[in-house]
Amino acid sequence: MNNPVISANELSLTYQTNDGPVHALQDINLDIKKGEFVSFIGPSGCGKTTLLRVIAELETPTSGTIQVNGMSASEARMQRAYGYVFQAAGLYPWRTIGGNIKLPLEIMGYSKEQREERVAHVLELVELSGFDKKFPWQLSGGMQQRASIARALAFDADILLMDEPFGALDEIVRDHLNEQLLKLWARTQKTIGFVTHSIPEAVFLSTKIVVMSPRPGRIANIIESTLPRDRSLDIRESQEFLDIAAEVRDGLRTGHADE
Amino acid sequence: MLMNKFRFFWHKVGPVLTVLLVIIAIWYAATIWLNSSWAYDKAKRADTTISFSQMVSDTMIQDKPLLPAPHQVVKEIYKTTVLKKITSKRSLIWHGWITLSATLLGFAFGTTFGILLAIGIVYSRAMDMSVMPWVITSQTIPILAVAPMIIVVLNAVGISGLLPKAIISMYLSFFPVVVGMVKGLRSPDQMQIDQMRTWSASKSSSFWKLRLPSSMPYLFASLKIGIAASLVGAIVGELPTGAVAGLGARLLAGSYYGQTIQIWSALICAAILAASLVAIIGIIEKHTLRRMGIQL
Repeated sequence: MNNPVISANELSLTYQTNDGPVHALQDINLDIKKGEFVSFIGPSGCGKTTLLRVIAELETPTSGTIQVNGMSASEARMQRAYGYVFQAAGLYPWRTIGGNIKLPLEIMGYSKEQREERVAHVLELVELSGFDKKFPWQLSGGMQQRASIARALAFDADILLMDEPFGALDEIVRDHLNEQLLKLWARTQKTIGFVTHSIPEAVFLSTKIVVMSPRPGRIANIIESTLPRDRSLDIRESQEFLDIAAEVRDGLRTGHADE
Repeated sequence: MLMNKFRFFWHKVGPVLTVLLVIIAIWYAATIWLNSSWAYDKAKRADTTISFSQMVSDTMIQDKPLLPAPHQVVKEIYKTTVLKKITSKRSLIWHGWITLSATLLGFAFGTTFGILLAIGIVYSRAMDMSVMPWVITSQTIPILAVAPMIIVVLNAVGISGLLPKAIISMYLSFFPVVVGMVKGLRSPDQMQIDQMRTWSASKSSSFWKLRLPSSMPYLFASLKIGIAASLVGAIVGELPTGAVAGLGARLLAGSYYGQTIQIWSALICAAILAASLVAIIGIIEKHTLRRMGIQL
């Protein structure tokens, strides 16, 4: 039971471009255990999004291995092992919120009753109950992103991959959504991979912070958070929080130093 | 309140009405100018001279004017629509219906063919490389040259009447649909396509749930061009058939016998028909897209 849910071994990804090869990822070794909340942080071009996309099999690594739920990333994707939340909510304007959440369920062949039941359940999880008949344009940006999280939770995936889901939102909304996300994580016991470029966000959310550095994209440091799982926004004033944030900042700086 | 309603109405109708009035004024001026030589010639032959006002009134009532006056055309249209039984061969409604039925059949063929071709092009790289150049080439051939051959060839194998005209109509209307639908089916962005992949959606799922709905605004834009092209195709298809029936036949018969008033009334009817068809599609477009939550 202690086998990692996601396991990367000597993972590299190189793009061939006209200006020569670009090493998007190099020698990535990483284990993520069940129920962990892992943040990937680093400057742009460090490969944090690429790594998430490799886990989701939206990109194929050039060498090394990646295992998700003990199988290849490809098999895991076929078995719908994860829900993926993109930077933009990406809701279909011609479907209601409920209709948007039903979309993956329809594709995966859930029955009508199951679809209704799950929509109600996940809308409750993201605190959007009663909004199922609304259209996306009737919701604020933050609410739309919550709906897109609900959509990623609607089917039985134990893993939730999130690529800067709150990047486009203002700070107040972001704080609120971060708090909600932690509650949701506690209730659902999912394993979460979360890409961000905000240090406070990474420290506040994570049990493990993967600090990455660019050119070639690699892991500079992996920090195991000592903060308790059950935390509120106040924890950001604590010394422990500030210490971890400083450690992350150090990691980012070393990553940049040898440029 | 009433004043506001009036203002709103005027805001929408005013510009259209102004343009219409200007066109009619230019039309009348052109009528006088073009028909005046006939009026003067007639006077000369009768060894009389006519004043300017006599000349002007003569240009308005000629039997076979170079350019009929608007009211002559309106009168002719009234005579051949309202006053004639619609089963009569001289009824413009009867002729209009014949053209319309070929237009609608050809439009249905063209739209279906265009959509199927677009799906092929989007999903098959081989078709993308091979078919598209031919689609474009097909439209560079003048339809006036192709139409008689289609009529003759199909007639030789025993197909005549509605179908050959519908095929010519289809030939013109499939093109905008192919071009629009290829663009429309490709309109989902990379993120939406990735999203489908994360759900390991089948090709048919992503077609029905993502690509097809995304293409709707493009489809409607194409349909508006397509239906007007269909009407042109149907009329062109009626020209080589020996002027039997349809608006095209009325045009041709009119030109055989120098019946300019008949030509112009057929032309105006064709224009009204085209405008109505485009307007109907516009209304369907507005309702469909609004129901789809797509703001225009």
